[in-house]
Amino acid sequence: MMDYVWLIPLFPFVGFLINGLVGKNLPKNVVGTIGSVAVGLSFLVTLCIFLQFLKLPPEARPVEKVVYTWIASGSFQAQVAFLIDPLSLIMLLIVSGVSTLIHIYSVSYMHDDPGFYRFFTYLNLFVCAMLILVGANNFLLMFVGWEGVGLCSYLLIGYYYEKQSASDAGKKAFVVNRIGDFGFLLGIFLIFWTFGSVNFREVFALAAKYPVGAGVITAITLFLFIGATGKSAQLPLYTWLPDAMEGPTPVSALIHAATMVTAGVYMVARCSALYSLAPVSLTVVATIGALTAIFAATIGMAQFDIKRVLAYSTVSQLGYMFLACGVGAYVSGIFHLMTHAFFKALLFLGSGSVMHGLSGELDMRKMGNLKKHMPITYWTFLLATLAIAGIFPFAGFFSKDEILFHSLVDGKVIYWGIATAAAFITAFYMFRAVFMTFHGESRVDPHVAQHVHESPPLMTVPLMILAGLSVVGGFVGIPLIEGAHVFRDFLSPSITPVAHHAAAHPTATFEVGMMLLSMGVAGLGIYTAYKFYILVPDLPTIVSEKFHTIYDLIYHKYYVDEIYDTTVVEPIKVGSNFLWTVVDAKGVDGVVNGSAGIIAFLSAHLRKLETGFVQNYAFAILLGVVVITGYLIGR
Amino acid sequence: MQLPILSILVFFPVLGAVLLAFLDRKNHKLLKQVTLGLSLAEFLFSLPLWFQFDSQTAAMQFVERYNWLPQYGISYYVGIDGFSLLLIMLSTFLTPLCVLATWTDIQHRVKEFMICLLTLMAGMLGVFVALDLFLFYVFWEVMLIPMYLLIGIWGNPARRVYAAIKFFLFTMFGSVLMLVAILVLYFYYGKATGTYTFDLLKLYSLNVPFRMQFWMFLAFGLAFAIKVPMFPFHTWLPDAHTEAPTVGSVILAAVLLKMGTYGFLRFNMPLFPQAAHYFVPLFSILAVIGIVYGALVSMVQKDLKRLVAFSSVSHLGFVMLGLFTFTMPGVQGGIIQMINHGLSTGALFLIVGMIYERRHTRMIADFGGLSTPMPIYAAIFMIVTLSSIGLPGLNGFVGEFLILLGAFKTNMLYAIVAATGVIFAACYMLWMFQRVMFGEVTNEKNKELKDLSCREIAIFVPLLLFIVWIGVYPNTFLSKTKASTENFLALMEKAKTTEVSLSHGDKGEAR
Repeated sequence: MMDYVWLIPLFPFVGFLINGLVGKNLPKNVVGTIGSVAVGLSFLVTLCIFLQFLKLPPEARPVEKVVYTWIASGSFQAQVAFLIDPLSLIMLLIVSGVSTLIHIYSVSYMHDDPGFYRFFTYLNLFVCAMLILVGANNFLLMFVGWEGVGLCSYLLIGYYYEKQSASDAGKKAFVVNRIGDFGFLLGIFLIFWTFGSVNFREVFALAAKYPVGAGVITAITLFLFIGATGKSAQLPLYTWLPDAMEGPTPVSALIHAATMVTAGVYMVARCSALYSLAPVSLTVVATIGALTAIFAATIGMAQFDIKRVLAYSTVSQLGYMFLACGVGAYVSGIFHLMTHAFFKALLFLGSGSVMHGLSGELDMRKMGNLKKHMPITYWTFLLATLAIAGIFPFAGFFSKDEILFHSLVDGKVIYWGIATAAAFITAFYMFRAVFMTFHGESRVDPHVAQHVHESPPLMTVPLMILAGLSVVGGFVGIPLIEGAHVFRDFLSPSITPVAHHAAAHPTATFEVGMMLLSMGVAGLGIYTAYKFYILVPDLPTIVSEKFHTIYDLIYHKYYVDEIYDTTVVEPIKVGSNFLWTVVDAKGVDGVVNGSAGIIAFLSAHLRKLETGFVQNYAFAILLGVVVITGYLIGR
Repeated sequence: MQLPILSILVFFPVLGAVLLAFLDRKNHKLLKQVTLGLSLAEFLFSLPLWFQFDSQTAAMQFVERYNWLPQYGISYYVGIDGFSLLLIMLSTFLTPLCVLATWTDIQHRVKEFMICLLTLMAGMLGVFVALDLFLFYVFWEVMLIPMYLLIGIWGNPARRVYAAIKFFLFTMFGSVLMLVAILVLYFYYGKATGTYTFDLLKLYSLNVPFRMQFWMFLAFGLAFAIKVPMFPFHTWLPDAHTEAPTVGSVILAAVLLKMGTYGFLRFNMPLFPQAAHYFVPLFSILAVIGIVYGALVSMVQKDLKRLVAFSSVSHLGFVMLGLFTFTMPGVQGGIIQMINHGLSTGALFLIVGMIYERRHTRMIADFGGLSTPMPIYAAIFMIVTLSSIGLPGLNGFVGEFLILLGAFKTNMLYAIVAATGVIFAACYMLWMFQRVMFGEVTNEKNKELKDLSCREIAIFVPLLLFIVWIGVYPNTFLSKTKASTENFLALMEKAKTTEVSLSHGDKGEAR
């Protein structure tokens, strides 16, 4: 089966071709079926390969499958080839699995949309690109997937292209991602000229000969990390993700929560062999991760659009994953990536279900008490919220607790402090969302209220499956008990740990204490939300008025978009205009037109010599003879 | 004995033009059909070049050589290597598509238009096959006239004369200096060896003193730099492109600009290798400025054609940067990028032309929301846009990646600044696409626009095929240029170590 690994991205690609070329003329259920089956088949192939891989003896792992040589120029070689190792398998399973569920959900969710075939075309292309990204065995092919997912994200965010805000958001996503990709590309150049290869295994093997802290490796990892901040929406390039919510909700669930945005985390974990050699880069990764986690979480507290709350929450959770990688706990980062994929996809799909029931309403101020109308959506949403808040024994508890633990043990107290504060805020704003949406008094518009309904089974079944995963997904990583951390043991061959590790070996009591503490923090966050939005519903208004400066700052997202506009976008526009109207038109063309002018001027005057009178010419000749003779004599 | 394919390719269009002269000038349809037939035949004639080309050798192939003016050492000497092969194929491949694109676009003086087109084709192919400097110069000038007429007669009435003259003067200015340099080289070689010849390959072997190389490189370089065009000699381009008829723009962008870059590769660098090394910083910096400058200025254009024209300045900057790296990826990427630019910018001009034909405006502000009435157009436009901004999997990426990879080795700073051009490309192309295609249809006139006809789709299908092919399997094309590039690099490398005399004595001799 492993020889057919290329089938994994091929199925969605075929789905993309069919739906893209003839989907317009096919009935909707056929289009939807093609799209979903294509991704479903990828999942099945991945599963088969996964099971086969488990049976392989350790010395036969990992497996590389070359399809063909893509670009060859001089000593440069890049292949279309796939690497089958624990890390890529986990990612392939997450991506194809979650994608399948979201495709099925979309068949129902998008059913009344006139661009139905277009939606599935893009969605299949996305899955194809994402599978290439995580399956690639070299940096360049990974970059193909990397930019490919960016393209699909652009197309899907701008899916409602007639809406100005949607097409703006799509463009912003693409351009900001390109800034990141620019860094990634430079990273690839430096990798090639340093190691003479772009193949992961070759590069990592050669890198092992470098000392810890080697300048070139630090530079490479920092370049690559610029790419990660773009793709995974970290400071300072996170601004596109909240706007990306303009896309249809399944897109937000798939691309902007579960899969694409985690590509940066995957990349850092994939390059653990490089990052572990670059302490400076690790510090940068951890610091950016921690700052993003708290920064985005605070913004999440003051948003009223349910999808934007989830978007900032995603940015914040991605920050956690980077924090984990930055302190060398790559496995914990990937672990959180996985559990987050489950519960965040569920949260988005749940919010989509709410929108579906409320005729497209997104403002939580116009919701409330939906619990009784939409029980399945409510319960699944609640489970996911408990998971993200980090309540035992839901999936998020295990992964988040691990990150908090490692940030203290392997990192610095400050990381742990920030992460814990962010955990408190996360619990607060997520339960704020639950309370505002499902509890309390109904604030639903009376017109809409009549039609409020639970979503059809095609939507609720994926919700329930994801809810199941959000509950049990963490059990693969049960800490404390020796050998029970199946996840870590499986992944460890793909990960190169930081050298100075294993020094600290905390006691079980300490670990349990940490767990209780993080539970306590989450509980406090939930209680605060309960107090604000259920017990004393006036409290939010009172607090926001009392601290209105801070509230305004957070409500306006720290004015980051405005700052970028005035400091970067506008100067570039003005500068470009200057180049065009002044340098080009007046400068260069001025010289050209000026010299043409001089010639015109000269000819206008010189033509006066051409009088047509023979006497004048004879005189000129005579004059010439005199001058020349005079010169010859006088010489 | 082999068929003289190259001569057939060069002279068949001329014969075709003569044939057209005898046809009824009122029967537009017939004229267009005959020209289409001729250009398709020309394309078929060029196919043996592709299939019989030996990629293992860097030597000239399909060589033909006849004495022309032997007393002056002038011969009819043609042949191709990997560099010219790709450009010839591009020219013969694009011409039928161009003829097809004139179907409804050109409605007056059709006969003259077609004759111009065919003459232009002969000139272009001549430039790419000539191995005799004199012959090359003849073709170089021959090609100038039909292009001048295309802009001046069938261009946009308002400013076509200004644009045509500007185009002519800029190009002429460079050409004259080049002619002087050609003659200097000719006499120098004659003095040094006793035989007078314009044979390019013989001239390659000449060890020209550095001082002389310096000036000659500049003289040739100016002619080619104007043609490319490199910053700051680019200002004729936006005018010429904007005012030219669609097909004129397509050929101008796809083929004529490549004569500049090809000129560097074929003449400037191998003839004056030491000077080429000496000028690397100057030309690389100009190339990098061109990349960023072209992209920034594109961003603020209001006219679609002008935007695409400035984007050409940026793209050609990449080509020049690649060639001046003197590395395998850089040079090979530069050549691939010439083809890429021909395909994607050619397609962009066709796209703009088709919408111009429908609406008689090229102003971005007049459009908006075209995706709704024209979904097929939108899809094709999108793919071409993505190709132009270098999305991996499509052609543009392969070229830009290799160029930047090469540049990164020679000078990291150039590569980093040049790579920002990739970001800006996304900005201006996507912003343009958004303003033209997305949003609601605000202008009444745009509501009823017809989507592409079968003929129009047929023009794009072959272009898209190659856009994807080069993106997915570039080795088909890279392998053709491999031997020639290796040979070229070896020659350039040798020049680095060879001592050239710096004495002034030789200089006088050369006069």
